[in-house]
Amino acid sequence: MALLMFINQFLRDIKSQKLRTFLTLFGIIWGTTAVTLLLAFGEGLHAQISKASHGLGDKIVIMWPGRTSKPFQGLSKGRVIRFKEEDAFLLQKEIIQMGQISPEYNEWSVQVKYKKNVFSQNVTGVYPVFADMRNMIPEEGGRFINALDIKNKKRVVFLGDKLKNDLFKEEAALGKYVFINSTPFLVVGVMNEKKQDSNYSGRDAYKAVIPATTLSAMFGRRYLDNMVFKPRDPKQNEYVKEKVFEVLGKKYRFDPEDKEALMMWDTTEMDKFFNYFFYGMRVFLGILGAFTLIVGGIGVSNIMNVVIEERTREIGIKMAVGAKRIFILSQFVFETLLITFIGGAVGFLISWGILSIFPMFKLEQYVGTPTFSASVAILATLILGLIGFFAGFFPARRAASLNPIQALRL
Amino acid sequence: MIEIIGMTKVYTTGKVNVEALRGIDLKIEKNDFISIMGPSGSGKSTLMNIIGCLDTPTQGEYHLEGMKVAELDPNRLADIRNQKIGFVFQNFNLLPYATAFENVEIPLIFKGDSFKKRKARTEELLEIVGLKDRMDHKPTELSGGEMQRVSIARALACNPSIILADEPTGNLDSVSGAEIIEIFVDLWNKGHTIAIITHDTKISSRTQRIIKLLDGMIVDGGGA
Repeated sequence: MALLMFINQFLRDIKSQKLRTFLTLFGIIWGTTAVTLLLAFGEGLHAQISKASHGLGDKIVIMWPGRTSKPFQGLSKGRVIRFKEEDAFLLQKEIIQMGQISPEYNEWSVQVKYKKNVFSQNVTGVYPVFADMRNMIPEEGGRFINALDIKNKKRVVFLGDKLKNDLFKEEAALGKYVFINSTPFLVVGVMNEKKQDSNYSGRDAYKAVIPATTLSAMFGRRYLDNMVFKPRDPKQNEYVKEKVFEVLGKKYRFDPEDKEALMMWDTTEMDKFFNYFFYGMRVFLGILGAFTLIVGGIGVSNIMNVVIEERTREIGIKMAVGAKRIFILSQFVFETLLITFIGGAVGFLISWGILSIFPMFKLEQYVGTPTFSASVAILATLILGLIGFFAGFFPARRAASLNPIQALRL
Repeated sequence: MIEIIGMTKVYTTGKVNVEALRGIDLKIEKNDFISIMGPSGSGKSTLMNIIGCLDTPTQGEYHLEGMKVAELDPNRLADIRNQKIGFVFQNFNLLPYATAFENVEIPLIFKGDSFKKRKARTEELLEIVGLKDRMDHKPTELSGGEMQRVSIARALACNPSIILADEPTGNLDSVSGAEIIEIFVDLWNKGHTIAIITHDTKISSRTQRIIKLLDGMIVDGGGA
């Protein structure tokens, strides 16, 4: 019954204070919309960027041979280190934490031809595990290079999706032959489209991938360009990298502490950076949104002060006929909570509306898909609740602590 | 039933202390019908507010049905205002947005009665003051006399030990005023205890006892 009275009272207040209530509600609505949208966009952007950064490879390390910078065991500094295919097998054997490793040859500006379409592209020679590490997934019906291709130095090629489109246009590529430097290669697979925001030898989408052994034989290559490896557990990256220095240092006789002998690009470090960056961004956006909400809350508190002032006499009447302090207190706290939650709900709805029409703008590839996560909703609701409570509590407590006769005289 | 001993009340406004009551001794027995008279500023309203537990005395004792009021906490005082005391104000003090029915019902809500019980009681009360047919009207749609009758019904809601009326006819024309007086007399005849502040000898002449206040002291009629 008291609740019914509260609700009646609330509706009356809204009616008598239309503009003020609207402005207050607007503050809360704006705050909620801002905080939820900011966090949702932050989340979407993070997902997008982390997806794109995994296009290069998920938690992989790319390693190039370098040049020694320290004399070692009587050898002078400045020696050039060079990798061979077997180094990859050696590392795989010596380091048990090594998950996958593939040698990589790159031949730049090789003529790739299908019918009259000729392109000068990067041809890469690798082992089958490369596909897994680099998230190169074949389109339906196709496959990547396999162990038999490696063993028999087969002339088969796996095409990046963009290169396939350039060469074949609409035509199907699987089972057809392309010419690489006038040598026919059977197309065994085409890569599924993937997001890739970083690379070191051109995007995978434009590459022609052939077995490492075939490339080595065809182009007369003895030395690798680089190796790509992925430890079993990304937490062991540091350890595995150290072990690689040890094993190769022993073989090529350089100081394992000589950081210039090998160059490594550890993509998990980028992940870490993004994680921290987005964590920071979320905190920043969260604080920003929270302050917007708090400002809205001050508005609510302000209107409650006015409402209570206007209704002091009424409070006095109620007290004179037996209202307890807790009743007065809860009446006003109830009102502020209601205003805040209505504002919050409308804010949520607006955010939800914006997020649901957002895909129509086709901006996903730039800013990702903003996601309205449960944690965002809970956080915003919590903040709203706290604001509502405090905004109502202090003015209400002032009113409730009045002497009935004081309240009646005002 | 009510016993007041050596009560004083001092208002502090800025640096000036105003002594509204300067040592009041007063006894009111069950089924008394008293009027309190005196010039304005003599402390009538202050005395009544303290009796009604709307205000607290500076000094002195106040016993209400054996309870020492000074020792009670705010919640207990709210209960007393709700159930032991019925207040009728000069300016009615009705909730402007609520109907006659709702205004009378309010004390019953605070008492905690069920909806059914409240409805029956409220209708009964409006019947007593002769407003049953106007119970859905808001105060603005009622005449002064009708408003005062609503507030009397409200005062009676929880069957209080004493009805306190602060110049109940002060804002009314003489006809309505006379009607209100009759209601009070009627209530007294039914066994209620009533104290009325008034300037009006037409009222005080109808009461059992007249207490005269001057400068915060009782100059006549204090004893039982």
